[in-house]
Amino acid sequence: MKKWLNPRSAFGIALIAAALIALPFVAAMGGQAWVRILNFAILYVFLALGLNIVVGFAGLLDLGYIAFYAVGAYVYALLASPHFGLHWPFWVILPIGAMVACFFGVLLGSPTLKLRGDYLAIVTLGFGEIVRIFLNNLNAPINVTNGAQGITLIDPVAIGGFKFSSSTQILGVSLSGPQKYYYLLVVLAILVILINLRLQNSRIGRAWQAIREDEIAAKAIGINTRNIKLLAFAMGASFGGVAGGIFSAMQGFVSPESFSLIESIMILAMVVLGGMGHIPGVILGAVLLSILPEALRYGVGPIQMALFGKMLVDPESLRMLIFGLALVLVMRFKPAGLWPSPERKRELQGDA
Amino acid sequence: MDIFLQQIINGLVQGSIYALVALGYTMVYGIMGLINFAHGEVVMIGTLVTITVTGTLIKAGMPVALAGLAGVSVSVLVCIALGWGLERIAYRPLRGAPRLTPLITAIGMSIVLQNLAMIVWGRNYMTFPAFLPKIDYEFAGANFTAVQIVIVLVSAATMGGLLLLVYRTKLGMAMRATAQNPAVASLMGVNINRVIAAAFIIGSALGAVAGVMVGSYYEIAHYQMGFMLGLKAFTAAVLGGIGNLGGAMAGGILLGLIEALGAGYIGDLTGGFLGSHYQDIFAFIVLIGVLMFRPSGLFGEKTGDRA
Repeated sequence: MKKWLNPRSAFGIALIAAALIALPFVAAMGGQAWVRILNFAILYVFLALGLNIVVGFAGLLDLGYIAFYAVGAYVYALLASPHFGLHWPFWVILPIGAMVACFFGVLLGSPTLKLRGDYLAIVTLGFGEIVRIFLNNLNAPINVTNGAQGITLIDPVAIGGFKFSSSTQILGVSLSGPQKYYYLLVVLAILVILINLRLQNSRIGRAWQAIREDEIAAKAIGINTRNIKLLAFAMGASFGGVAGGIFSAMQGFVSPESFSLIESIMILAMVVLGGMGHIPGVILGAVLLSILPEALRYGVGPIQMALFGKMLVDPESLRMLIFGLALVLVMRFKPAGLWPSPERKRELQGDA
Repeated sequence: MDIFLQQIINGLVQGSIYALVALGYTMVYGIMGLINFAHGEVVMIGTLVTITVTGTLIKAGMPVALAGLAGVSVSVLVCIALGWGLERIAYRPLRGAPRLTPLITAIGMSIVLQNLAMIVWGRNYMTFPAFLPKIDYEFAGANFTAVQIVIVLVSAATMGGLLLLVYRTKLGMAMRATAQNPAVASLMGVNINRVIAAAFIIGSALGAVAGVMVGSYYEIAHYQMGFMLGLKAFTAAVLGGIGNLGGAMAGGILLGLIEALGAGYIGDLTGGFLGSHYQDIFAFIVLIGVLMFRPSGLFGEKTGDRA
């Protein structure tokens, strides 16, 4: 604990805290849209950290992670919308969402315990697609998910009479809906980061790492690889479920479209680009990949107008094009990620 | 009974297409252990190039058959260039890297190709020019078209050609040797780079042919059509035992049949609870099932810890 007390760290923490508090006001200068982008960036930090448990810590390549996000989002949507006429409070639904997602995580994990690497990636991808196909089609004969139209009018987060969706005056400062969500998200994110940090250095975290490095050796020294792997899937999935619930409440709308394969890939890319298994790296990856494409969306159009006098290329596809190229280039030149953990970097230089 | 026969025919046709695409996956995986996620996009580009070339030539007044032939040839050439380029630019520099690295690169290339195709061809569905006469045949209450017959025949011929190439030529021997053990093959004087490039080139050419088939079967094409097709073809390859050519062919046909029969009967089996729009689910269920109970696939050799 000594490290925390020295004045330089304390100053650093204070600086970060001040920046985090000020950020939504700075972003609001560019319009509320930017505050929303900020919120989504934090949501992606959640997701990336959750996936990092599975991929980064335990070394289980999961390409269907978005399924758990979807499960969390739909649980929230079904229990807090006019669709079934249920309006449960969010602190009841959020844990339910996490638990249902956790169940799905175990459901995915248990048949795949023997698989590793590419095969696991493909199976998890298939699992994600199965969930999406069901969300898309479970509107007949019993209308559960409302099909491709999705569920609308989802209740926003509210604590007592304090609603997060509308703007209020607090101590003479006017806070918009997105700005309030931002603070809620930051608090949750700090919680998630702390949990992750503690996990990494716990016995469980060590066991994950052991499985990642050499499963057979891990088994030999008495680690129950089956349970430990399931635990990784379950915990990762629970984080996904919580993030999904918040997404649902923030958007007020869910549809299967938000949970396509490309989203899974996007989150995996955040983990890998940032630096697998390294919490600060993963956070960096999530923030970069969620904010840069938005910036491009706003930048690419006007730049094209200025250069050619007309829109030559649809900004959306250009954005994905650049995203794909970034994946390829980072893998080529910085395969350990932009901010790898020191030990991971050492490993990758050797024969991995 | 006629529904049964009808679904068998549909499954065979779809399966022939899966088989051709699956060969592209299995060859690359067999030789270098890489899932070339961008292969589905190569197929998609094969379809779209054929549409553009054939469509333009028909408009210019060329006879339909000739225009079709030209379209297919150009598409094969473009896909070969694409496959070769992919290997050269994206995958070759990553040989010997940890397995996750080329996998992510492959996903990245898939995204790049999809969006390039969108920029070139736009977001809309395109109609595939019909260069075969629309003739319907009837057999024991089931219908099939000339296009379906041609697809099955061409697919069978192409696969036969590939088997000849792999088992009767020097290049084929070099490929098999590399798949067994690249280091030793290289010591025996096999040029590994050339073999890998050849696997990509042949796989892409087969992909182009499959692309033309998909286009003429469904008569429409789209820049996003490649990914799902690629996934299913990969499933077929895994089903047959990845790295095994005969396995990919059998797996493709089998998957086509499972899908067709599944879609045909799922409504009856579940009492109408699930309908034929769940068709896409079968490939993934098959995939999970195979990998759980027989990870080496139906015809694959039992290998050690792969991954």
